[in-house]
Amino acid sequence: MTGVLPITLEESRKILQALLCSGKEYVCVMKLHGEVSQERVNEVLKEFEDVIYQRPPLRASVKRQLRKRKIYYINFLEMDGRNVLFRVGCEGGTYIRKLCFDAGEVLGCGAHMQELRRTIAGPFVENEVVTLHDVAYWFMEWQKEKDEKILKKFIQPMEKALALVPKIYVRDSAVSAVCYGAGLTAPGVVSLETGITSGCLTAIFTLKGEAVALARAMASSEEILDMNHGIVAKTERVLMQRDTYPKCWKSGEI
Amino acid sequence: MPRSITPWETQRKLLVKTENKTNPKYGHKPEERPSDEYIRYGIINLDKPPGPTSHEVAAWVKRILKLSQVGHGGTLEAYTFKLEKSQSDRRFAHNTRRV
Repeated sequence: MTGVLPITLEESRKILQALLCSGKEYVCVMKLHGEVSQERVNEVLKEFEDVIYQRPPLRASVKRQLRKRKIYYINFLEMDGRNVLFRVGCEGGTYIRKLCFDAGEVLGCGAHMQELRRTIAGPFVENEVVTLHDVAYWFMEWQKEKDEKILKKFIQPMEKALALVPKIYVRDSAVSAVCYGAGLTAPGVVSLETGITSGCLTAIFTLKGEAVALARAMASSEEILDMNHGIVAKTERVLMQRDTYPKCWKSGEI
Repeated sequence: MPRSITPWETQRKLLVKTENKTNPKYGHKPEERPSDEYIRYGIINLDKPPGPTSHEVAAWVKRILKLSQVGHGGTLEAYTFKLEKSQSDRRFAHNTRRV
């Protein structure tokens, strides 16, 4: 129960919504309650790939109703006696503790999760992590020297967390309106990424690469490209501070 | 069965609708924000130590950086013995209240 834990500071906590539902990868040690052959364990773990039904465990921070979660892959790594080591990539909100328990039920002997380490959380990966000690040390260094380079060693801009969310880049003149909660309209769009579908979560960015808001797309990438008027995306969560860009929803261009 | 593509392997291309320029007078590029703002719009990719809960770790970061609000993405629970301990503590408290 260690590993990648993105900590959002002050304003950036608004992007948590996008981070919580992003994909995760874990390395897990499962302890079996009986002797089972390696082939059988491998076979059962493979069965759990793709979409599974899962009811959150008794001690969970969400409502305990049956839900569907996608397991992208389970790679069996090693087995030592009753300890099984495997790597699992899954959708956000999958309980690995429950996955181990369910695998134990299928094996017939029962099992539980012994150790867990998160290796990927959305765009954040294990080989870029910093420890609490690093944070305390570098922050003290920064306070002494006031050098921005030190800050950049351990803090990343919040835009990094949106790396996997499809983005729509907008004109300067559209930014303020979105900051005040308006939907994004077609004339404001400058460019956009492929893979947007109607109803999916997108991020609205300025041409400088700052995040403006999280929004729900109303059309697919290709449709948006051809649109001349109408709402392209409905604003869900505003990230940028208001009045960073001038209001020009009545006056026109900057 | 072919392995499904994970979100972190998805490739996206940029579709350009129109050409447009941005006015350097307003806003900052994420890397060029002033230090104070850089912290407030920042994220730390932290390696969670095994003892404390995610909430405790977030609270520590908050205290170290002297901030007013922090959050964390995706709960990583603490060691289970800690859960058991808190459970027994609660039971103990419950029993003593009865007496």
